[in-house]
Amino acid sequence: MYSQALDQRDESPRGVDDAARLARFDERVAAEDKIEPNDWMPAAYRKTLIRQISQHAHSEIIGMQPEGNWLTRAPSLRRKAVLLAKVQDEAGHGLYLYAAAETLGITREELVDQLLTGKAKYSSIFNYPTLTWADMGAIGWLVDGAAIMNQVPICRCSYGPYARAMVRICKEESFHQRQGFEIMLTLSRGTDEQKAMAQDALDRWWWPSLMMFGPHDASSVHGEQSMTWKIKRFSNDELRQKFVDATVPQADFLGLRVPDDELRYDAGSGHYVFGEPDWDEFAAVLRGEGPCNEQRMAHRRRAHDDGAWVREAAEAHAAKHKAAVA
Amino acid sequence: MTEKNWPLWEVFIRARNGLHHAHVGSVHAVDAEMAIENARDVYTRRGEGVSIWVVPSAQIVANDPGDKESLFDPALDKIYRHPTFYEIPDGVGNI
Ligand SMILES: [Fe+2]
Ligand SMILES: [Fe+2]
Repeated sequence: MYSQALDQRDESPRGVDDAARLARFDERVAAEDKIEPNDWMPAAYRKTLIRQISQHAHSEIIGMQPEGNWLTRAPSLRRKAVLLAKVQDEAGHGLYLYAAAETLGITREELVDQLLTGKAKYSSIFNYPTLTWADMGAIGWLVDGAAIMNQVPICRCSYGPYARAMVRICKEESFHQRQGFEIMLTLSRGTDEQKAMAQDALDRWWWPSLMMFGPHDASSVHGEQSMTWKIKRFSNDELRQKFVDATVPQADFLGLRVPDDELRYDAGSGHYVFGEPDWDEFAAVLRGEGPCNEQRMAHRRRAHDDGAWVREAAEAHAAKHKAAVA
Repeated sequence: MTEKNWPLWEVFIRARNGLHHAHVGSVHAVDAEMAIENARDVYTRRGEGVSIWVVPSAQIVANDPGDKESLFDPALDKIYRHPTFYEIPDGVGNI
């Protein structure tokens, strides 16, 4: 993205008072101008972006685990190669996003540390277990599908490095969703047992997927300011509605039932009307009480610790080589 | 946190022969060789490139954003540098 070394000057006084700089900043954002790392920005804008981009990065990294769980048990070599490529993409997404966050003046080590100590959050969805192969289908179709709904508008985010990272990510997400849908399609056209497996996966992933869009607009803490700053383009509820409208016909095509008794199409508005996610469950998962929170964090810490010798060896090798050249 | 920060490298990729290298992002790596390897894994998983440059980020010199006006504004009013400034009668054909 850009080096953070280039990013350190903007807090220095330049003879313009803050009110004037703020007005200029607001003007630029309103005019759809992109803010770049070197540009002056309000401290709160910087802080919001660091929080959002790093949470996003952590989600990509932790998000490798539920699918990583099935890599060795994929039903065919083709499925295995596809899933491996998908999981590898998610690692790449994490890296694009960490790099974008670093342009705001935080180091990679600090970011990783915030994840490992539990100080930083990641998406609630990855704290649910992947019990069957059909979950690989449901995750690609629903979870990556919801991620696409969320992420496409961020390609137009006011902060340049985040927007550019998002463009890359969105290009890759489309493969993720399609491979998931393909798994669901194969299962739903298979034996009764396979179809039941697909239905069971939809039953378990539907509501957590709707929760991915976050709380209702009325109870969303950061919503409005992020809209003015053009970090967010659509509200949580708007995005959730778009997702339901896009996904229900796909479930119909699969011949699967969306597990919501209140779900119906409203011809008047052209939208689906749907039930309430269990917000108590959402809050509990965010508090760390989801089915897999502990397992995910323990695994991430173990992977980090297990990799310590590799990092040490790389540093030693580089130091030795440098000494030999000098 | 026990580890020290690894250097940052800017990554430039040539998408196809005949095109110039373009900036695509950055990676952390202990040395140049590892930076190339990381750049390959992170930025060319779908045949996005045929050549990679990595440059230590600390080596990049950038203009001060505060100098934007003095550097770039002088070009703005020189519209005669563009071909569209000149009116050529229809009868002349392609010129
Ligand atoms: Fe992703
Ligand atoms: Fe994905």
